Amino acid sequence: MAKIKLQKLRHSYMPSAVSDEDYALKQIDLTFEDGGAYALLGPSGCGKTTLLNIISGLLKPSEGKVVFDGFDVTNTPTMARQIAQVFQFPVVYDTMTVFDNLAFPLRNRGVCESKVIMRVTEIAQMLELEASLKQRASGLTADGKQKISLGRGLVREDVNVIMFDEPLTVIDPHLKWELRSKLKELHQQVGVTMIYVTHDQTEALTFAEQVFVMHEGAVVQQGTPVELFEKPKHTFVGHFIGSPGMNVLQCEVRNGAVMFAGNEVGRVSDSDANGWSTVELGVRPEFVTFSSDGVPVEITKVDDLGRYQIVSAKHEEHRIKMIVGEGVQVPAENARVAFDSNHARVYVDGWVQD
Amino acid sequence: MAVELRYLSKQVGADTHIYPSDLKLEKGSFNVLLGTTLSGKTTLMRLMAGLEKPTQGEVWFDGQNVTGVAVQKRSVAMVYQAFVNYPNYSVFDNIASPLRVAGVAKTQITQRVEKIAGLLKLTSMLQRTPVELSGGQQQRTALARALVKNAALVLLDEPLANLDYKLREALRDELPKLFEATGATVVYATSEPLEALMLGGYTATLQAGNVVQYGPTASVYREPNSLRSARVFSDPPINTASVTKQGSRINLTADVGWSLPSHHQSLKDGEYIVGVRPHHLTLTRSNASSVRVNGRVQVAEISGSESVMHVSVAGNNWVSASHGVHQFEVGDAVELYMNVDRCLYFALDGEVIQA
Repeated sequence: MAKIKLQKLRHSYMPSAVSDEDYALKQIDLTFEDGGAYALLGPSGCGKTTLLNIISGLLKPSEGKVVFDGFDVTNTPTMARQIAQVFQFPVVYDTMTVFDNLAFPLRNRGVCESKVIMRVTEIAQMLELEASLKQRASGLTADGKQKISLGRGLVREDVNVIMFDEPLTVIDPHLKWELRSKLKELHQQVGVTMIYVTHDQTEALTFAEQVFVMHEGAVVQQGTPVELFEKPKHTFVGHFIGSPGMNVLQCEVRNGAVMFAGNEVGRVSDSDANGWSTVELGVRPEFVTFSSDGVPVEITKVDDLGRYQIVSAKHEEHRIKMIVGEGVQVPAENARVAFDSNHARVYVDGWVQD
Repeated sequence: MAVELRYLSKQVGADTHIYPSDLKLEKGSFNVLLGTTLSGKTTLMRLMAGLEKPTQGEVWFDGQNVTGVAVQKRSVAMVYQAFVNYPNYSVFDNIASPLRVAGVAKTQITQRVEKIAGLLKLTSMLQRTPVELSGGQQQRTALARALVKNAALVLLDEPLANLDYKLREALRDELPKLFEATGATVVYATSEPLEALMLGGYTATLQAGNVVQYGPTASVYREPNSLRSARVFSDPPINTASVTKQGSRINLTADVGWSLPSHHQSLKDGEYIVGVRPHHLTLTRSNASSVRVNGRVQVAEISGSESVMHVSVAGNNWVSASHGVHQFEVGDAVELYMNVDRCLYFALDGEVIQA
């Protein structure tokens, strides 16, 4: 187990990178505490897999350092870093039994057989694979195979970190549910540092104590699930987390007053002095309600999602989504909406204004 | 095109993939096939397309029996989960390929490709090859190729499964609108209940090779005809428990009970199964008639906008889903409120109790 620090990390796949755009990873400085459960969350192309490959040593960063427990491992090969990885698609030996598959990483490192039996039995128990230990892996379903991959990641006791790269992609939603819960439970049992890479907010927020939200090669916010939901620091976080994401509404600025639909929603300093270009109001659909003294809107669509309804509304050119309870009547005309002032924030050039 | 399946079944060796099923899809309708892996979604689509021969039964298109008609002559298009594009063709040529095969005139091809590309926001990418596109753009290219043929029946087999979460959210919103414009009958397979609800239209619940229920999506969700249908259409899973009806009361345990809604009070006294959707078991009271139950947290999960807990309630392993982000630790005691106005009641054989 180890505390992992990434210091001033930058990476470009181009031989002679010049501008920021040439970097797949811009400046990254972050710490994974020993024994923590972390997630790297972001869309395709945000740099999360690049970051993972740098931690595992499959990729050498253009700049900066990777430090495990105070030791600089930037130039240490993958094998010597003592890392376990679980990939998107199950990696199992079809001809081997489930037992032999789980034992493989241990036998490979010359662990004595009595220890192998003990450890494999323990892991099989955690994953509820005991009944199929003697079965050949080829006969298993996709989720059965992926459970073995997870087991192989967990079986070694000497690893510094276990990394999961979108491990539930091939799993049916009904089983995803079980495996998500299982993973969290496993983390609590084994206490090894785990880093989980995904584009799926549910997986990230469920699994991790701390989530790093990535966007265009940078970490835009690190926080607990509650912080990311309640206080998005960047409009990207507000949009990416939550379904539907936060409403981001273009505002006008008059003499320092931030105006939306004729109401003052905040204040900003002079644009000439600070050089900002956009000022927006961010409010989650959860915090928009119908209110007789609110902003007039036209309702464009109502989606009944069973548990609640998503109402799409329009004020002039601004599109606003709101979440309305099951069975609540949506006004057919003269609708007006209000924003909960505790949950509406002003964002300047994408970043929340303190 | 109206599609009708009459007593259609598919057997492969000793395995039954589809049990005899009847299904009628209206012309121009958007239909979701909802079920887990191996429930028969893909087989049913392949039977509609003519890619497989049914063991029994018939497929009818617009009042014509097409059971023996080859796939090429059926006016169908199919899009798969994996993005299938020609890697060495440009996006334009990919989209144009079915038209070229059909011998459509060159000027018409350009016109039709450009129109579809516009709808799918691919106009600026027509000269690129698929490898230069993002996953979402690649899948939009595959969709465009299916659409450009103006097929009367479009079959989409989990087309968004390989895409990013947010992209899926956006495409789910766009897709029904897109097809509405073309007038095609659409069949869309998914294993995600929430996706079915977002897409709207009509839904057929499938379980182990059976079409369990078919109807407008929101009605199938709210008024399941059986516990099986309710289970297929619930993620997280629907909570169930056996309850006793006595007079106008329903008792879950000796201490927890409630009054039955009036339309159910004429039921015979005895044992029933109650179904409580996770969203009707919440941390806050949803209405005056909510019933309080005590639970203990087994697992707590957080999705983007809601918190889901596995809790033990009166000896049952139940799931509760509340809006917002709430953090709980395993073992915490919680008070939950059950919205009994929305409970579903089933007979012990799983059939729904009619009101």
